[in-house]
Formats: sequence, C-alpha cells, structure tokens
Amino acid sequence: MVRATAAQQAAALAAGELSSRELTRAHLDRIAAVDGAIGAFLDVDADKALADADAADAARREAAADGASVPELTGVPTAVKDLIVTRGQVTTAASRILEGWVPPYDATLVKNLRAAHLPILGKTNLDEFAMGGSTEHSAFGRTANPWDLGRIPGGSSGGSAAAVGAFEAPTAVGTDTGGSIRQPAAVTGTVGVKPTYGTVSRFGVIAMASSLDTPGPMARTVLDAALLHDVIASYDPLDSTSLPDAPRGMADVVRAAQAGADLTGLRVGVIAELDGGEGYHAGVVDSFHTALELLEEAGAAVETVSLPHLEYALDAYYLIMPAEASSNLARYDGMRYGLRVEPAEGPVTAETVMAATRGAGFGDEVKRRIILGTHVLSAGYYDAYYGSAQKVRTLVQRDFAAAWQRADVLVSPTAPVTAYRFGEKDDPLAMYKLDVTTIPANLAGVPAMSLPSGLSDDGLPVGFQVLAPQRADDRLYRVGAVLEAMLEKKWGGHLLAQAPELEVK
Amino acid sequence: MSDELMDYDEAVRRYDPVIGLEVHVELGTATKMFDAAPNVFGAQPNTMVTPTSAGLPGSLPVVNGKGVEYAIRIGLALGCEIAETCRFARKNYFYPDLCKDFQTSQSDEPIAYDGALPVELEDGTVFTVPIERAHMEEDAGKNIHVGGADGRIEGADHSLVDYNRAGVPLVEIVTRPIEGAGARAPEVAATYVRTLRDIFRALGVSEARMERGNVRADVNVSLRESPDSPWGTRTETKNVNTFRGIDAVVRYEIRRQAAILAAGGEVQQETRHGQADGTTRAGRIKSDADDYRYFPEPDLVPLAPSREWVEEIRAGLPEMPAAKRRRLKAEWGLADDEMRDVVNAGALELIEATVLAGTTGQAARKWWMGELSRSAKEQELALEDLSITPAQVAGLQNLVDSGRLTDKLARQVLEGVLAGEGDPEQVVEARGLEVVSDEGALLAAVDDALAANPDVAEKIRGGKVKAAGAIVGAVMKATKGQADARRVRELVMERVGG
Repeated sequence: MVRATAAQQAAALAAGELSSRELTRAHLDRIAAVDGAIGAFLDVDADKALADADAADAARREAAADGASVPELTGVPTAVKDLIVTRGQVTTAASRILEGWVPPYDATLVKNLRAAHLPILGKTNLDEFAMGGSTEHSAFGRTANPWDLGRIPGGSSGGSAAAVGAFEAPTAVGTDTGGSIRQPAAVTGTVGVKPTYGTVSRFGVIAMASSLDTPGPMARTVLDAALLHDVIASYDPLDSTSLPDAPRGMADVVRAAQAGADLTGLRVGVIAELDGGEGYHAGVVDSFHTALELLEEAGAAVETVSLPHLEYALDAYYLIMPAEASSNLARYDGMRYGLRVEPAEGPVTAETVMAATRGAGFGDEVKRRIILGTHVLSAGYYDAYYGSAQKVRTLVQRDFAAAWQRADVLVSPTAPVTAYRFGEKDDPLAMYKLDVTTIPANLAGVPAMSLPSGLSDDGLPVGFQVLAPQRADDRLYRVGAVLEAMLEKKWGGHLLAQAPELEVK
Repeated sequence: MSDELMDYDEAVRRYDPVIGLEVHVELGTATKMFDAAPNVFGAQPNTMVTPTSAGLPGSLPVVNGKGVEYAIRIGLALGCEIAETCRFARKNYFYPDLCKDFQTSQSDEPIAYDGALPVELEDGTVFTVPIERAHMEEDAGKNIHVGGADGRIEGADHSLVDYNRAGVPLVEIVTRPIEGAGARAPEVAATYVRTLRDIFRALGVSEARMERGNVRADVNVSLRESPDSPWGTRTETKNVNTFRGIDAVVRYEIRRQAAILAAGGEVQQETRHGQADGTTRAGRIKSDADDYRYFPEPDLVPLAPSREWVEEIRAGLPEMPAAKRRRLKAEWGLADDEMRDVVNAGALELIEATVLAGTTGQAARKWWMGELSRSAKEQELALEDLSITPAQVAGLQNLVDSGRLTDKLARQVLEGVLAGEGDPEQVVEARGLEVVSDEGALLAAVDDALAANPDVAEKIRGGKVKAAGAIVGAVMKATKGQADARRVRELVMERVGG
C-alpha cells in the first residue's frame, strides 16, 4: 500500500477500497519500521495524523452523501519539512535554538493541507535553518539516503526526499532556496519542484533568504508532485510577494501530457554553462544525454543555449543568501521562545544572554553564514558585495529573458554529482559549489523541476532538471510527464524499484 | 555631573546655532503597519499582537494601505514630492523590545521628500523650516522595568516587554539643518513641532496626543562661529514630547555647548536625554555612526503610489491650520493678539464650534477666553474637558442677545451649566433667573424705591443724574438682580426727570 503512488492511493480511497485511517496507519507503521535507519523525521505525531485521517474519511463520506467532490488527495497523508510552522506541533528548523518550540499558528500552506484533509505524518529533517546541501547540518542527527545508508540524502530538504524515497510518505513538502528541493530529489531518485517564486505562500515558512525561499512539492512521480502542488499553491494576502495570478491545475496538465506523450514543436534549450565539464560525474552527464535523446524522440527540438552570466551566479547567491539570512536569524536572541542560555559568568544582560544563547543554539554552518552575511551588509562593504550581487542577479534574469526567446524550457543535470558519502565534503566551499546548477532558477525566480533520469555508473540516481519562464510551471509538468513515461517504459517501472530493500524492523 | 552653562544671550551673540528635528508621529490607523493586530492604546500587555507583530518565526509583513495613505497626506501637507516608487528597508540592530531585531523602515527611498513648512512665530513673523523627507516605519514594543524606582532600568532586577506597540505605524519627518534662526532657535523648534501637531490633527492621521507619546521629537543642536563656518559637532536629544521641553532642550544645549566651545573644548557627538528640569544628560557616546546594515526589505514588494491616487488625496486634504487661522481671524474680526491668545489657549476649535452653533466669533471668544478659561484654571482642567458644550455656550449668548438674560444673570446660568444642571434654558427655568421684563412690575419697584428714598429723588430732580444709580441699585436688589438695569434707569429718568 505504501509503495503505491499518491494518485493510486487517492484512487483507492475514492473507490472506497481503503480508508484514510488504514492508509495513514500503514505509513506510520512503515515509519516505525524503517525510520530508525533513515532518520527522515524529527517529529511524528501518530495520534494527530490518525485524527486528521478520520477527519478526511468523514469529509469523503459527507461529500459522497451530498454528491459533492473533495480534493483528489483528500486522505492521502503527507510529510512537512520542519522549517514550516505547524500549529500545536513542535517546529525546530532542525536547530537547538528552537528546540521544543510549539508554534501558535499554521503556515498558509499547512492550512491548505488541512483544508484539503491531507493527514500530516510528521515533520521532516533538514539542514539547520535550511543551510546546507546534505542534511548533515541538522542539530538533531543526519538523515540517510535510502539508496545507500552511508550517503547523504541531499539537502536541505533531505528529510522530505528520504521520506518519499523510503516509502514513508507518498509526498512531502520541501523548500528550495538554492536547490534544496531539487538536489535532494535528484540524489534520492524522486521528483521535486520549485514552483515560480510567489506561487506557494511563504507565510509560516521560517525564513532563510526571503527573496529566494520557495516551498514546493516532493513526490515519487510527476503526477503526485502536481497533485500536491495544486493543494499547497494559493494566492495569500499574508505574503506580499504572493502572486494573485499564478497558474493552477498542474495535475490536469500532467494527465493531458501522459495521454498525448508528444512534445512536437517544443524547443528545449540545453544550458551550455551547465552541461558537464569540470566537477561533473561522467555518469551524471551520460544519464543527462540519454534523457535528451528521449526528448528528441518525443518530438522536441533540442539546441544549446548560453547564459553567459551564470558563471557569476554562484558567487552572487553566496552573498545575497547569507545577507538576508543574517537579518532573518537575528530574532533568535533567547528572549521570547526556544532556547535561552545565561552566561556562565559575568552579568546577565540582554546582550550576554543573546550571545550565550546563540553560541549554544546555532550550529557551525549557521554561524558561518550569519558572520558572512553581517560582513556583506556592513557599512563600507555593502556596495562591493551585496550591491554587486544584486547587479549580477539582474544580469542572470536578463540572460533567462533572452533564453526564453530561443527555448520554451531549459534543461541541465540537477546536480553535478550523485550522493556523496557522509563527511566527504567537509570543506564548506566544496559543498557550496554543488549548488551551481540549481541556484540560477532561484536568482531568477523561475520554476524548475528535478526528476530522475536514471542511474549513474556508481548505481546512484541522477536528476534531470527542467526550467521554465516565470508562471509557466505547467511546461515543467508537461515535459516531466512525457519524459517520465518514456523513462519508466525503458526501466519497466519506477526507478525506485531498483533501490535496495531496506531492512524492516 | 553638572554642566557649565553660558548666559543665553551671550551664547547666541557669540555662536550661530543650527538645529535639526526628527519628529515621529504615531498614525491612528485601525490596525498596525504590517499586520492585522489592532492599533490601540492602553490595552492589557501583549493582547494586541499577531505572529507578525510578535516577530514569530515564519511570520511576514504586509503593508497597511491606510498607513501609506496617511503618510502621503502628511507629505502633501508639508509640501513634499511623493515618490513614484519607494521601498521599505531593514534597519538591523538589537534592542530588547524590537521583536525581529530589525526595524522595517525606509532608508534611501522615502515616500515623501523635499518639502517646506512655514512656521508662524509668537510675534507673527514666519520662519520656513526645510523638510528633507517624511518616511514610514514601525514602532517598537515597550520595555517595562521591574524592581527599580519609577520604572527606570537602573536598579531594576528584570524587564518585561509589551509588544502591543510593536508595529504601530509611524511617520518620521526629518528637517534639513535649520539655519538662520539665531536667538530664536528654541522658539522655532518648539513652534515647528506645535505646527506639525496641529497639522496631524487637521489631517485626521493621528490624535497627536503629546502626553501619550503620539508625537516625539529628536532634537539636534550644534553651534558654529558664524553662518559661514563649517558645521559644528551636534548632539541629539531623544524623544522629547512636550513643546516646552523642546524649547528647553535647544536653549540648554546652546548654553552648554557655547560654554564648552568658549573654554576651548570640543563638543562630544552623543545622544542625550532630556530631563524634567529642562536640562539634558549624556547618554551613550556616538564615536562612529551605528552600522544598521540597511538593505531592501525582501519580504515586501516596492510601493508605487499611482499619480491618480496621490492627486485624489491632495484634492481631499482639509484646510491647513495656518490658512484656517487666517480665515477665522478675518471672519471673527479678531486682532492679532486676540487670535494668538485663542490659539495658545487651545480654544480655536471650541470657538469655531460655538460659532457654528449660532453666535458671533467675538461673543464666543469672550466666553471661552473669559469666564470659561477662569473656570478651567480653577478646576485645573483643559478647556475641552469642561462640562459644557459649544452649543450650550452659543445658547447662553443667544439668551443674552434676546434680552432674556443680563450679563450678570448669564454668569449665574453658566455656573449652573458647569455644575451639570443642564442646558442654559433649563438652568434659567430651574433657578428662576430670567430678566424681569414685566413693565408694570418694574414701574412699581421704581416707584417703591423713589418713595423710600425721597432725598435721592430730590437730587435727581435737581439735575444730579448720577444719583439715579442708587435708585437703580435699590430696584436691582428688590428684583434680586433679575431686572435689566438699563431699562430700570430709563424708567427712573422717566418718572423723575419727566
């Protein structure tokens, strides 16, 4: 039951073949059996999830009695990255500084999940405050990759990706600031979508870098991602960057594309700057080119497109992101919630409590970015760093605008490498460099998807990234649906079927 | 800790003061600047907060449209340009009552800029204060220090924070350096803030109650040798919220800085705190400018007030207080000093309302500036807090005008109204104070008085008209003051002088 896709589970619920309680219970059992090895979840509240499930069953019964319809995913459970606040359930952002904090309110996207009656299985692990690309930087333990428990599941939404990849949850919500949905999806053989910035409300999403943070769906199939996308995306007057006119109905787009399986006339641009080269695994590049051939087979016209300023995108990102993060994280001062540490000696003042609390409450990666961001914004350096980075951002946006004249979608490998071993990238700069492929979409605010394109020569999953213009999220789902169908035909099923069986407790 | 002071007259003879004012006004919007929490004063601590005004993780701001409209109103009233586009910025600094540890404000892109405000001084001269900008921002919460004396942080053993005020919309109006005020710098500073206060009220953007801190001024003062000399080092005295305090701070700083400069010393650039006795006290030293690490607020999209909207707001602006004063002074026929007294007494609106209720400006002025001012002073109340309405004052005057009350009776009726006995008519009725207008009764009283004082009657007949006063007095006494003395005199002369 837990290996079925979310769409299949929804169909079984609709047909009355099982209840949401049974389905939710099955996932809770799976979590109990395998999460000791995976570590995808920081908090599982079985009672709450089952209560949600009962409410979902009731909603289906009432709708049936009234001849009304319910959202397709009603009763299909999901998991939520612990960066997203849930009323009455602990939310920590994987940081000691928020240990035990119970938010008094729901994020807008969580309200949407509740309104559509998706039981929330639990809160998934992440790199502390979403800072990192491996989920090794969580204060509460690392998450393992279901393909190889000695490897990272990607980050920062590694918990969500691993939960989906290990069949603990059919879908999960992640957030993507520089690739934090797509990169873990790529290294776990799952599907992750960063929607157009402003499509899914950030209200209630603990901010890392406000101008880049984008919540989105993670799933095992393109259709499942689309179904979750349709639930969480909404115009939100509580988020002033929310788009009133974002596209809707991604699941319909996927179903139509699956029926046609044809991309005739679609112009696919291969991003020249991200097509292999130094730092890319050969297996990643091979898998990417195999997928390109399939796109051509489906009728797409593939050509190479250059975005010349991408070479500066990584540098610009690592100035803007910590600058915003340093400001967003200033509120964790030990005064109002979460951890409070008094100084070991000397006077107890607001300043000394704040310093002691932050010293104990923030991990190294968080401290590193706060220091960097504070420096970037400081008087005398602002123009050289933050100001220049914003100019690069504008140039990258112009590159994209020019590219859309020549291509309907752009493609690249989602990550230059497959999942690496824990501790392998202990140099922060080496980790930062792996974001080179995913960051441009965040700087430009455009939507992007990662879906599995196969296995590398090391037997680990490779992600294929598709990017589209702002508000053209539907193109991602169309291309993804067609490519996924062709790949699954080739593999004889879902790629995850090739993953090793986890030892079940 | 006492500072050396120079005599004020000598100080302004030797040095040229330059002042600058940063005035914060709390806007009277229904909700806060960036969230839906109610903007109210005096509620139980921390009952008027949402996740956003408490700065909880994940919360986001949304701009209050009414707050923007009010800021534009203020900008237009101060003759400012309204920005085509502007942005909010984050001003990053730690302060215990600042819930996000940054303040959402505007830095290099204020909503209004380049204005000027003419300020009318005591003697009628007009001094124009140049306005650099008016920008929007949010207020912080409030620290409450427990365990020390008078709620001060010194000696307190812990502090509590009330976030009800956090996020309340503010507009900050920043002047350019105000030069050329000379010895009148204290008066210019205080009158400027008073003028702003009146404008805020006229615009309806704030109750602008000084005692609640709705309007607060940061007062900058520096001295230089002469108007051609470079700027001197300035001090900034924070959060002064009375007009008298503003005057006193400027005066004190001029005297203090002059003494330092004359002794060959250097003025420290520092933040100072105004004291109740009109002195200032050093706060922290500002060796370098604070590094607020401003950057554009990424959670808010830029604002672009449409030109149509701005013009609509401009067209809807009320008459400004200065123009209104000129108009009312002409309409009421008041002299310059009379009008100034009215304004200084805070009686302008009351007189205006009294006139609207149906009497003349002069009559309304006479009541409010006379009997009622005296009564307010005795009761230690503000004029508007007396228990009498402008309509009642107008009604009283109408009774006088129609001859039903003498001035003297009217004063007694007024007493009754102030004592809560009802409208003037009701008091007249209840106390039986109406003028005796029955001619027969009056004549009888006159005859009685003449008969009782034959010697006086004889004097009058003999041409000593002044002696009639005694008869009039007797009649007034007999009628308990309810006769019209003028008419009584006429009747006496008719009877005797004939």
